[in-house]
Amino acid sequence: MDPARIPLVAMRNIALSFGGVHAVDRVSIELHGGEVTALVGHNGAGKSTLVKILSGAYQRYAGTIFIRGEEVAIASPRDAKAYGIETIYQTLALADNLDTAANLFLGRELRTRWGTLDDIAMEAEARKVMGRLSPYFERFKDPVRALSGGQRQSVAIARAILFDARILIMDEPTAALGPQETAQVGEIIRQLKADGIGTFLVSHDIHDVFDLADRICVMKNGHIVGTACVGDVTKDEVLGMIILGTCPPSATPGPGAMTAVS
Amino acid sequence: MTQSKPLAVRFLKATELDTRMLGMVGALALISIGFHLLSGGLFLTPRNLWNLSVQSSSVAIMATGMMLVIVTRSIDLSIGSMLGFIGMIMGVTQTDFLPRLLGFENPATWAVSLAIGLSLGVVLGGLQGFVVAYLGVPSFIVTLGGLLVWRGAAWWVTSGQTIAPLDSRFRLMGGGPEGSIGADWSWVTGALACFAVILLLANGRIRRRKFLFPLRPLTAEIFLGAAACALIVGAIAIVNAYPWPVGSVRRFAEANGLSLPAGGLFIAHGIAIPVLIAISVGVTMTFFATRTRFGRYVYAIGGNPEAAVLAGIDTRWIIVKVFMLMGFLAAVSGAISIARLDAATNSEGTLAELLVIAAAVIGGTSLAGGAGTIAGSMLGAVLMQSLQSGMVLLGVDTPLQSIAVGAVLVIAAWLDAAHRRRRA
Repeated sequence: MDPARIPLVAMRNIALSFGGVHAVDRVSIELHGGEVTALVGHNGAGKSTLVKILSGAYQRYAGTIFIRGEEVAIASPRDAKAYGIETIYQTLALADNLDTAANLFLGRELRTRWGTLDDIAMEAEARKVMGRLSPYFERFKDPVRALSGGQRQSVAIARAILFDARILIMDEPTAALGPQETAQVGEIIRQLKADGIGTFLVSHDIHDVFDLADRICVMKNGHIVGTACVGDVTKDEVLGMIILGTCPPSATPGPGAMTAVS
Repeated sequence: MTQSKPLAVRFLKATELDTRMLGMVGALALISIGFHLLSGGLFLTPRNLWNLSVQSSSVAIMATGMMLVIVTRSIDLSIGSMLGFIGMIMGVTQTDFLPRLLGFENPATWAVSLAIGLSLGVVLGGLQGFVVAYLGVPSFIVTLGGLLVWRGAAWWVTSGQTIAPLDSRFRLMGGGPEGSIGADWSWVTGALACFAVILLLANGRIRRRKFLFPLRPLTAEIFLGAAACALIVGAIAIVNAYPWPVGSVRRFAEANGLSLPAGGLFIAHGIAIPVLIAISVGVTMTFFATRTRFGRYVYAIGGNPEAAVLAGIDTRWIIVKVFMLMGFLAAVSGAISIARLDAATNSEGTLAELLVIAAAVIGGTSLAGGAGTIAGSMLGAVLMQSLQSGMVLLGVDTPLQSIAVGAVLVIAAWLDAAHRRRRA
């Protein structure tokens, strides 16, 4: 088979419920290298749950995950990272009492030959990567609690790109950012795309989505309403998919699409 | 920005010393001088300071472990009872169980009983940690249960009988004239400590220069090194100025066939062995807390447990290890306590858990988790002990002592909360 046509990630019939509520109900989705797929939908549509299954934070009840065509078992965040899956969580998932370098390397600390923490080497790496994201950042000695919202977000993003990610999951990456920082995140996403990294972008912001994504996948009540290329649909059509669950003719309908709507 | 501030403030900032820590040292100095004046010059004497150091060591050792427990947002109420139970086991081991195998006063007795006690501490702590981390029972409840269970077990070992006397070598861990290392070895220890401080400072500077990081001004580095060495030398001079009591000197002279000169013989105590143990525990625990992945993860769990899990940290196993360490330290303190008393009793360590928690909190450990230092917690233990023995010197009644210590605990926690709010 043509290797270019094997998706980077394929999730098939993924299901997970919380206390009887089907958060994600037999969802199938694909992601190719160098592509940004946006997952949009209301609160509780299941998009965050779906990506948390991929990042190992939640365990699915059913379904299979393939990476480059091979079935993989992801039972923990550590497993996911071993496959090059990096996640930027909506809550940022930073340990507020630790400094930037400690957060960047949390769980993957650099160590000296004695096995002790190599804080200085970690700080050096942190200075490099943070220099790319937020050039004027100098507060390496402070706990991240003391940083601004944008700086904290930069730390969370830096952590994801520090370790050669192949698959990036961004859960509302620009929620806490100002316009300038949002533009910077956009720039990073484009850069990563050029490097062949596949990105799942979970967002509420339709403008961001149209700006950054190649494909849009709309979810509602744990199902996929439909998937469309960005050029083929209008913002209003996407809003219709989110709110009403109707699928326009230019999109590929999913199992969650409303039927019998003219 | 800092240009407008006075020189002293700028200098202090350059040393990167923790202001909170300096505040505690200041409070300790204030308390000491206050008691010294009020007691007519009894507090700041080699004799009192040496005793203070021995009395503080047991609580200080456990406070280092309690700090880590509290940093992970847990608590351990069982350590006082655990200390009592392990103390009884160590007592029975060296007076009943081992003598039957090896005979009395065998040179291995102390080591074997200590090893059994320390292993038991790790097992009991690990058991509680397992219930907390894997069965999901809140640590408050698990260790409250432990408080009752281990105290009952302590009684059960000998049906309440006190075990005494203990093995003579084991007893050295409790301090006293024989349980101190003497003047010469104290100076050797002090010299090694000064050397280590200078080495650490120099190494840090060299490594930071290699990565072209901002450096502390050289004057600040020299000041830090000199201050630390002065403190060490001063402490050694004090413990070496406290002579053996006349009775011990006489027994020593008789045992060695010496004739006593007319004015008596000056034999210095030097550093007491329990204090040496406490200092080693402090250094080792600081290393664990700041230089190892284990320590990093402990703080990460306290700062944001969910983030720690998402970072791939096995948080449950870390919590079990923290409780194991706490159990181990309770056993160390248990050994020191029974050795000092030269007896194991089933009530040993009663209420110790509360003193230890108080020491950790006074030392700046946040009950919300994620913040605390080893040095602060140990200093907290010294502060509490100073308060207590100062009041004893002044002849303050016991109930009044409790009232004062309780009030200080609450005030310290309040000051700490205010300090944090202002910084945040």
